[in-house]
Amino acid sequence: MSTALAVKKRTPVRPARILLHVFLASMALAWLAPLLWAVYAALRPYSETSEKGYVSWPDTLTFENFTNAFTQSDMTHYFGNTMLIAVPAVLLTLFLSSMVAFYVSRFDFRVNLFLLLVFTAGNLLPQQVIITPLYRLYLLVDLPGITMSGKLYDSALGLVLIHVAFQSGFCAFVLSNYMKMLPHELTEAALVDGASVWRLYWQITLPLCKPAMAALATLLSIWIYNDFFWALVLISTGENMPITSALNNLSGQYFTDPNLIAAGALITAVPVLIVYFLLQRQFVSGLTLGANKG
Amino acid sequence: MTTNTPTKSPEAAAVPPPGTASDTKRVPQGHRRLLTRRDRLTLGLMAGLPTILHVALVWVTALASIALAFTTWDGIGFDAIKWVGLDNFRELFTNNPQFWPAVEHNVVWFVVLILIPTPLGLFLAVQLDKKIRFSRVYQTAFFLPVVLSMAVIGFVWQLVYNPDTGLINSLIGANEPGKYIDWIGDPDLNLWAILIAASWRHTGYMMILYLAGLKGVDPALREASALDGAGEWQTFKNVIFPTLRPTNTIVLVVTIIEALRAFDLVFVFNKGAEGTELLSILVTNNIIGESSRIGYGSAIAVVLLLISLAVIIPYLVATFRKERRA
Repeated sequence: MSTALAVKKRTPVRPARILLHVFLASMALAWLAPLLWAVYAALRPYSETSEKGYVSWPDTLTFENFTNAFTQSDMTHYFGNTMLIAVPAVLLTLFLSSMVAFYVSRFDFRVNLFLLLVFTAGNLLPQQVIITPLYRLYLLVDLPGITMSGKLYDSALGLVLIHVAFQSGFCAFVLSNYMKMLPHELTEAALVDGASVWRLYWQITLPLCKPAMAALATLLSIWIYNDFFWALVLISTGENMPITSALNNLSGQYFTDPNLIAAGALITAVPVLIVYFLLQRQFVSGLTLGANKG
Repeated sequence: MTTNTPTKSPEAAAVPPPGTASDTKRVPQGHRRLLTRRDRLTLGLMAGLPTILHVALVWVTALASIALAFTTWDGIGFDAIKWVGLDNFRELFTNNPQFWPAVEHNVVWFVVLILIPTPLGLFLAVQLDKKIRFSRVYQTAFFLPVVLSMAVIGFVWQLVYNPDTGLINSLIGANEPGKYIDWIGDPDLNLWAILIAASWRHTGYMMILYLAGLKGVDPALREASALDGAGEWQTFKNVIFPTLRPTNTIVLVVTIIEALRAFDLVFVFNKGAEGTELLSILVTNNIIGESSRIGYGSAIAVVLLLISLAVIIPYLVATFRKERRA
């Protein structure tokens, strides 16, 4: 929108502006360079690069590495694993954190600041602080018949739970700030009319929070998709890994062929890039929504 | 471009709606007196269930880390847990060749992030805030690394740093035997190589935070400063930067937390080999490595926890206190 404005005004082009554009364009190009280099490597056959070196003019450019990486390492399976974890985790996180936010923002029960503090602080902890007992806990919890492994350990359910527990802190914080903005009379009137608390939450408050929920959903999807650590420690069977963590095993398997690994890594980046380009506004607003405090 | 409206005036709800202030000054009671017993139960569940899940998996485990740090345990049966007092910490501080390097690397990680990509992100944000053409295109490029997973970033940068096939060594001709520069293995180089990749990502993150902060700067301030004849740098230094204070606080906290959380990138790069040890890596090695030393690993986690809380708690207390006053 700022561009449109600038065009209309037709301000005379100043040399400083041109210099700035040259600077920004070259910086942007430098920023993309590592990714472009990865794409270039992934497009070339291994035989050619091992013969001519990587910094050389290409004879052939093919998508073979991409198709090979995709089929040989059964990426559909790992994408499936990720969906199995990410979809329930995002929905549950939004559901639970919006309930906490509703309680905290609409019903001042004195504990609310403390509750919010607990949630937010928990979300800021490094994951490694809690991993040792969590790992032991997951090994201890027996769930015969519920998860494939019979335990919380090495199961999609275990990963969903820790994602929800960890991320709901941030979401509760953002959503409670959002809900505080909604006029109090709205729910007050409904309550006087005899509406139940659940109705107040589900039919009146939640629909008004759609923008914030959309931003958070985008953010959470990308974060959970990108998670590496929880799955690395809490999943033992390679088959059960979500795609991002599985990448580490794949690279061990094909370490002799960097071009193939590059293709594999780029494939795993495709879904986040699609989400990012389609929902950039949501993503950025979600990120700054929580950060714009202080 | 940012929907930062919800954070503009929090606590609007704390203002009592007209007509309900009958019970004098007890403002924070909200809707409470209108509730039926059933409503109270619903509310209890709505707040209770998420809290139980969060507290059980995050805070109970954090406390368990503290408790386990004073024990030795091989993980087989609860009877095997033995109280050893401060032994784990004593060994950690005096007898672990990896511990102090790890602390140092975490500190270096923070210092580098705050000194290089953070000011760069601020600089880019200030430039992109000038209503120039293609602003969105530039933003997209700088922000792109932030949406990628650290694991993918690790693989991408390996293609740049690989001593045999990587971009840098190929370009400078250091990929022949005898001339090798081992960016990934050499303990004097690898931390810096990884930090370049980390800074690559951090810059875009900081840029977005600062862009959001700059949108909140009153344009009248800028105009007034320009009318006073201040140059661009003076306006920034005397007018813009001081008003960015809230953003600076967040940037500082985010950067410290990022430095403490650093893990994925290093793990993908070289598994935290010599030169790139980090506290997070040491904790993890004590669980998924061959030797499962639960008490010892927990002691390292406690060090990490204490540093984190020393940052998190003052920040949150200040934030919430401000909010309550608002």
